[in-house]
Amino acid sequence: MLNSLRILHHQGKQYIPNLTTAEAAGIFRGRPIISSANVDNDQLIALCPTHAISQSPIQIDLGRCTFCGECTITFPDKIQFTKDYKLSSNDRNRLIVYEGMDAPITLDANKIRKEIQHLFHGSLKLRQVSAGGDNSCEWELNASGNVNFDIGRFGIEFVASPRHADGIVITGPITQNMAEPLQRCYDAVPNPKMIVLAGIDAISGGIFEGSKALDRSFIDKYPIDLFIPGNPVHPLTFINGIIQLIGIQS
Amino acid sequence: MHAITIKNYERIVFASIPTLPYEQFVPVILEELMVNDACHCINYFGYPHDGKIQLICCIANDNEHTIHVTSTITMHGATFPSLTAHRLSFHFFEREIHEQFGIQFTDHPWLKPVRYAYNRADEQQTIANYPFYSIDSEELHEVGVGPIHAGIIEPGHFRFLCNGEQILHLEIQLGYQHRGMEQLFLDKTMLLQRATLAENIAGDTVIGHASTFARTWESLCDTMATPSLQFERALALEHERIAIHTGDLSAMCTDLAYQLGSSVFGRLRTPIINYFQEWAGNRFAKGLIRPGKTNFPFSPSLSKRWHEVIDAFEPDFIEMYDTLSDLPSALSRMEKTGIVNRETASTIGMVGMAARASGLKRDIRSSHPEGWTNITHQPIIKKHGDVFSRVQIRKEEVLQSIGYIKQILEYLPDTNDPILEMQNPKPNSFVIGLTEGWRGEICHCAITDETGNLQLYKIKDPSVHNWLALALSVRNNEISDFPICNKSFDLSYCGNDL
Repeated sequence: MLNSLRILHHQGKQYIPNLTTAEAAGIFRGRPIISSANVDNDQLIALCPTHAISQSPIQIDLGRCTFCGECTITFPDKIQFTKDYKLSSNDRNRLIVYEGMDAPITLDANKIRKEIQHLFHGSLKLRQVSAGGDNSCEWELNASGNVNFDIGRFGIEFVASPRHADGIVITGPITQNMAEPLQRCYDAVPNPKMIVLAGIDAISGGIFEGSKALDRSFIDKYPIDLFIPGNPVHPLTFINGIIQLIGIQS
Repeated sequence: MHAITIKNYERIVFASIPTLPYEQFVPVILEELMVNDACHCINYFGYPHDGKIQLICCIANDNEHTIHVTSTITMHGATFPSLTAHRLSFHFFEREIHEQFGIQFTDHPWLKPVRYAYNRADEQQTIANYPFYSIDSEELHEVGVGPIHAGIIEPGHFRFLCNGEQILHLEIQLGYQHRGMEQLFLDKTMLLQRATLAENIAGDTVIGHASTFARTWESLCDTMATPSLQFERALALEHERIAIHTGDLSAMCTDLAYQLGSSVFGRLRTPIINYFQEWAGNRFAKGLIRPGKTNFPFSPSLSKRWHEVIDAFEPDFIEMYDTLSDLPSALSRMEKTGIVNRETASTIGMVGMAARASGLKRDIRSSHPEGWTNITHQPIIKKHGDVFSRVQIRKEEVLQSIGYIKQILEYLPDTNDPILEMQNPKPNSFVIGLTEGWRGEICHCAITDETGNLQLYKIKDPSVHNWLALALSVRNNEISDFPICNKSFDLSYCGNDL
């Protein structure tokens, strides 16, 4: 008992007081800014491992970007990554950052289904499905609920059964072997329900794009309610994306 | 010559690997190469070329610090007696060869697919109709769990045969995570793509797999990593061990329903992985390890920062661990639960931390050291092989790794080494690389053709050796103890499924 109390005393308060304004540690690579500097565009485009960079004008698709930083190291005058971790949107096109753009990535309020904010604003239960995820996104989703990030403060939690869930969070590029379990899990979630894609593997296939072992037909079948970029998603990115979607400001 | 003897990460001419007729291949492996307990199979796989299949077997001798490689040539759909009938530790490799090439091993006791790869030989076999072992009985019942589990973890199916609450048998069916990894290594030809693939083999072992790839690639190109690169990789590998072991202790406390331990170890992991973000911009260190170069050179200020992080971490970590290991209610759940004894560990070919918890000395850092070697590594060995041994070994390895990093940091090399001029891979080459990741021995093999193009990239995560250990450990345990047993091994699903 005394030991436990001593540990509690030593640990003090570990939670991050404000998850919308907290600063990410170190040199976190978040939303990039592309300058109008003249560089060898072909070389810039060719170096990206997931073909996230394209041109006319130069743009980076955060749904594909691994945030490895190779482009900013090779072309520091052209590309800089800010520490802005609010990267989520419900509109796939808003994940694309264009040359000269330095504005936050936001959700399209008109596209958020009414029932999402109406029903899930105060309580959201999510079922996670790892469909070829490499266990880094899974660790980060777990971390979102730890005592530091504590997503539970918003009434958001991950539940064991799809029957108890209001939606699913998919990680991984969706393998053929997980296609049916994913479908059955989604079918078991009662209506109304939402779909969240966490991490670039889920959003675009990431580095696995083009593999014959994938079956991404599920993604094409249903509207996606939220895209959360990252490799893996940072807990702050995940939490901010979800609370923006369900209409919690802070 | 029956086998070629090489060192860890040594490049050899592919044709110098002897090819024996299968009738000779088997006795050479069993009698000449696996002479004692220090010899174990680190990889055995098929390499399809010129319309044939070359089966390549790599046996490590831990005492001699050598790797022995031999091979045999066969065809799709051939039929042979198995190695598994003599040594159970070959079971996974022969199952994989059977799945990929339709080769039948007649006396293999358990010739079932390992991952239902998209390019498997028999497409009639699907993941939905896996042939589970079953027993007809009115007293027994089956419990099926997964592929999707209650927590936020990767998918896999567990089928229990139970007598009441007691587990008689567990069969583990994997493959749900199969992403076609090995083929992607051949299809994606940019080096940066391959490095990115390597750090996504298992996202909890980014340093382990990415540094094995980087080192394998450098060997293929006859390039030696600079001292500063070697130093950074050694440091990162030990730091990854601290991070994951601490996170695992948190998860195990969760499975014990010990809230304080779960919260405190969970939060202690945060500054450790945040340190990777301070170093390389990613909490899992994705982007840190690159063949022949680094984008994030280590610096004296990072060294100072590491000491600050650990100075704050260590007393809290020890305090929490001491309290956990003093709690009768926690100890009663962990002691004598999920036992794998040393004999079983050796028979099934366990590796890594879990093997050491069972008293089996398997540690690449001491048996096949490579790279930064100013440390004389002494593996930590436990005797009992139960859940508590696997808890204890994590704590001791965390403290050991902290000590190693402190030693490493005393000899901070000049980080202004010039970037290596990476050449192209040499033609007709074979490289095998071993790294002791936090789970155990990671093994990558690469083969190039006459123009230096990659023809095969074979990946082995330590999990493939240890999944059977989990299945055996839960026998005669209560099914309610399965989660804590499972977490005590913490094996990789995607590392197995690739």
